[in-house]
Amino acid sequence: MRNLTFGLILTTIFAIGALVSFAWTPYDVTVLEIANKLKPPTAAHWFGTDHFGRDIFSMIMVGARTSIAVAIVAVVIGMGLGVPLGLAAAARKGSLLDEVIMRGNDLIFAFPSLLIAILITAIFGPSAVNAIIAIGIFNIPVFARLTRGAALSLWTRDYVLAARVAGKGATRISVEHILPNVANLLIVQGTIQFSLGILAEAALSYVGLGAQPPTPSWGRMLADAQTLIALAPHVALFPGFAILLTVLGLNLAGDGLRDVLDPKLRVLR
Amino acid sequence: MTLLSIENLSLSIRGIPILRDVSLSLNHGEILGVIGESGSGKSLTAFSVLQLLPRGTTCEGRINLLGEDVLTKSEKALCAMRGRDVGMVFQEPMTALNPVQTIGAQVAETILIHEPQTSKVDAMERAAHALTRCGLPQDRFPLGRYPHEMSGGQRQRVVIAMAIALQPKLLIADEPTTALDVTTQAEILDLLARLVREDDMGLMLISHDLAVVSDMAHRIAIMRNGEVVEEGGADLHRTMTHPYTKALFAASSHQPERNASPEDTPLLEVNDAIRDYTLPRKSLFGSADTFRAVNDVSFQIKRGESLGLVGESGCGKSTLTRAILGLEPLQGGTILLDGQPVGPQVRRKMQVVFQDPYGSFNPRHKVARLVSEPFHLLGRKATDAEIDEALMSVGLTPADKTKYIHEFSGGQRQRIAIARALIIKPELIVLDEAVSALDVSIRAQILDLLADLSDRFGLTYLFISHDLSVVRAITDRCLVMQSGKIVEEGPTERLFTAPAHPYTQTLIAAAPTLPES
Amino acid sequence: MLRYALKRLGSLAISLIVASLVIFACIEVIPGDPASFMLGINAQPDTVAALREELGLNASLATRYLSWVTGMLSGDFGTSYTYRSPVAEIIGDRLWISLPLALIALGLTVLIAFPVGILAATKRGSWADMSVMGATQLGIAIPNFWFAMLMVLLFSINLRWFSAGGFPGWENPLAALKALTLPAIALALPQASILARVMRSALLDTLSEDYIRTCRAKGLTQRQALWRHALRNAMIPVLTIIGLQFSFLLAGAIIIENVFYLPGLGRLVFQAISQRDLIMVESVVFLLVFAVIMVNFAVDLAYAWVDPRLRGRS
Repeated sequence: MRNLTFGLILTTIFAIGALVSFAWTPYDVTVLEIANKLKPPTAAHWFGTDHFGRDIFSMIMVGARTSIAVAIVAVVIGMGLGVPLGLAAAARKGSLLDEVIMRGNDLIFAFPSLLIAILITAIFGPSAVNAIIAIGIFNIPVFARLTRGAALSLWTRDYVLAARVAGKGATRISVEHILPNVANLLIVQGTIQFSLGILAEAALSYVGLGAQPPTPSWGRMLADAQTLIALAPHVALFPGFAILLTVLGLNLAGDGLRDVLDPKLRVLR
Repeated sequence: MTLLSIENLSLSIRGIPILRDVSLSLNHGEILGVIGESGSGKSLTAFSVLQLLPRGTTCEGRINLLGEDVLTKSEKALCAMRGRDVGMVFQEPMTALNPVQTIGAQVAETILIHEPQTSKVDAMERAAHALTRCGLPQDRFPLGRYPHEMSGGQRQRVVIAMAIALQPKLLIADEPTTALDVTTQAEILDLLARLVREDDMGLMLISHDLAVVSDMAHRIAIMRNGEVVEEGGADLHRTMTHPYTKALFAASSHQPERNASPEDTPLLEVNDAIRDYTLPRKSLFGSADTFRAVNDVSFQIKRGESLGLVGESGCGKSTLTRAILGLEPLQGGTILLDGQPVGPQVRRKMQVVFQDPYGSFNPRHKVARLVSEPFHLLGRKATDAEIDEALMSVGLTPADKTKYIHEFSGGQRQRIAIARALIIKPELIVLDEAVSALDVSIRAQILDLLADLSDRFGLTYLFISHDLSVVRAITDRCLVMQSGKIVEEGPTERLFTAPAHPYTQTLIAAAPTLPES
Repeated sequence: MLRYALKRLGSLAISLIVASLVIFACIEVIPGDPASFMLGINAQPDTVAALREELGLNASLATRYLSWVTGMLSGDFGTSYTYRSPVAEIIGDRLWISLPLALIALGLTVLIAFPVGILAATKRGSWADMSVMGATQLGIAIPNFWFAMLMVLLFSINLRWFSAGGFPGWENPLAALKALTLPAIALALPQASILARVMRSALLDTLSEDYIRTCRAKGLTQRQALWRHALRNAMIPVLTIIGLQFSFLLAGAIIIENVFYLPGLGRLVFQAISQRDLIMVESVVFLLVFAVIMVNFAVDLAYAWVDPRLRGRS
């Protein structure tokens, strides 16, 4: 319970920061003020300023938008495709469909999202959309495997047999009986993939495969800060803490949710 | 000297009292049967002798084993005692062995733990001896076997060999045969009785099954709600005084009253049914082998009849059941219900009740939705009146329909399962081990309910079970299945009193029986 | 056992073929004409035609795929468009930084995670368990490249124990190892946190199995039951995670190289992307996928070593 509360509080703070940034930030992040560059934290600039004199606190608020949006869309892609695939594979266990889905999953597992991002960027050039697609594709087998594994054990339950005796087909049973009983697991896994998505987005932006200027992003803030780290460490500290705390909050919330919903849930890490 | 004496043992887990004032005693060479329904505390009594209890358990009283109080021993002394002075056999042989270690290593470990100076070769030799004593001779079951290469009965023999490797004075067996087939059960019980004789061991045999225990125990203790309600000799069925003991004996041999008489027209016809499974290929290019689970089976059920189908696990009765329900295709033969092949039109004339009262219901739906699921076959929703009627006919109330399944006990759940089967007024109900998971007193009530329903609605039952006594109590006619074939068929009473086929004879001889009171 | 290994070998071959097809398709088919893509929009038609000829793009798709694959099999990855030298040579040099880095990090991950996970499981609920598990929560949440930057700040800039980056080459193995120390730690700690948690929960799961109760009834202490029986059974889920982690470590190595200015595959591939050197990108990605698939094959074999049920009857 403590985990859940603490995790939700952390996550909510960043979510609110991201939402508020649409309407208001302490400073305009599109205005460069070179004279004011690399200022350490002060009352006027809580987290200091970067090498263009932009307010880091405001940048972090706007950067939260990118991080959260990329991670959420990637989870939606992963769930939206992975869960139906997993349900279908479980419903036709041992069939060609099952075999194709599972082998396809194994194959995607051999391509970390970074490699997918490299391929996409080589073809289409870098953008935040690449990050979403790369992370989203990598999420598909995670959800497909998880759903299939959980669904397979549900398919042997007597209530599913009873539904079959009542003449219900595989699709209907998957929706009525299987999906509601794997929902808890999916929610918890979704939280974990959300946090992994934020980490992955930061890494991709850091190496220049993600969000491009002028879109602020935590990963790129760190890339910019790298050469200045001896000169102005604060430029590198705050975006890093933003990532750390968001991911920590989501992980704690996920663990807490699992403890509340069902401590025996088997999530994938 | 008494081998084991438990005096006024009270046990609580995190403050919740579980056992109250339990007193039992056991001598060398004696078999003490401890009987109780689920929740009676019989298993915890056994585990408290070994002090293998869940976290947060506190014990009061005394447990004297070989003159020493187990409850005052240190954990180190307890470890030295377990396996050397007391051996234990568990209920579930499929999971009781480490899957990644050979049986030889696991049996030898008992010896090596307690006698560390023994050489590995000696320990293995003694393990081989213990396994041979337990009916696993080295020429057929070498020490290098892994548990997954053995059947349930064979694994239980390994567990027993592990327990008796050091010839302990006391053996505790917690439901040692509950997970096994009836013929395997008889063999394991024989083995335990022989080991008791040969080693002059005391055996504490815990079971829910009066018949199993009364066949071999010298003394019997009956437990209920954490208390010993009555204790007596092997003739307890004659000397019993406590009303619960009497009720337990009565329920165990309960014979429901049935008045319905079968008509002469067949309702279900199974003709030359064949069901093959494809086995995993042995080599990359070899053709896939098939396994014939149901081999040329034919029989009929008449309208209003109650037909039993008995057989041991793996005999094909579950596959046959699923084929009848239309859940699996046949490779040959036909199954006709009311003269038509099983398909969407006739499916509504047939419903099913499964074994497990806990896995039979989607935990996320309310009872009203659970019970009305078969209406899918009629293409409409159930009315409230129909749901109420179904619930009331199985002894529940209309108010129950807004509850979730976790609010009900095992017996109530089985009533809900029957209500679900009844609601579209089918003619045939398939009862697949429908009372096997229930305590005897609940089982008696459900059998009465089934008898009553068949009288009232003229239902036809196909009753599949491994439990011969239940089949004998509720069916008119009976089929015996072995290796995919029906080996004998006949009126139930005749089949049980004068079995013709050798396999039927073995089955009936192996089934433990209650003494006539 | 042999049959199991052959079966895994078969699926290994299929995975490699499909992976090569996917990469080939991505690079050569989807974006249109690679030659004009590589040269940019302002290229002269005859330059494009010359490059097409040089790259062998005038042949059919199947021929091109086959020549790419057979080339790789004989160690010929083609010629880099920007470096004007064989791709295999360039990659070979860089590989000797990225691969050792990932492997050292994998070793560190296991070395840290096993003791920590076992300790937490044996002392479940204790102060040690709680603090170790709290630390792993942080370890999971920390981005490895940021952690690497913090280490550079502390150990290289402030304490001056390590140089801030660069790679001296393997001619001096000690110096080379020293240069890889901080990057390997930065990679390993987050993954070790994950693995330690997996180890702990796998051990706790197996400790509640029936066969552990059987062991206790034989007279084993809880500790003996854990070391002799639970640990090997817990290895089954742990191995799965180790297999997955290698691909994260390899990807992580590519990113971490940026922090330490290591001239590994990462720097090579990012340069190749910005210079549109598609052959280079294609080869590096395939090599990395190849490494991941090989490690997963090794993990499959390790499963069979741990779990006799997979070996089948001998």
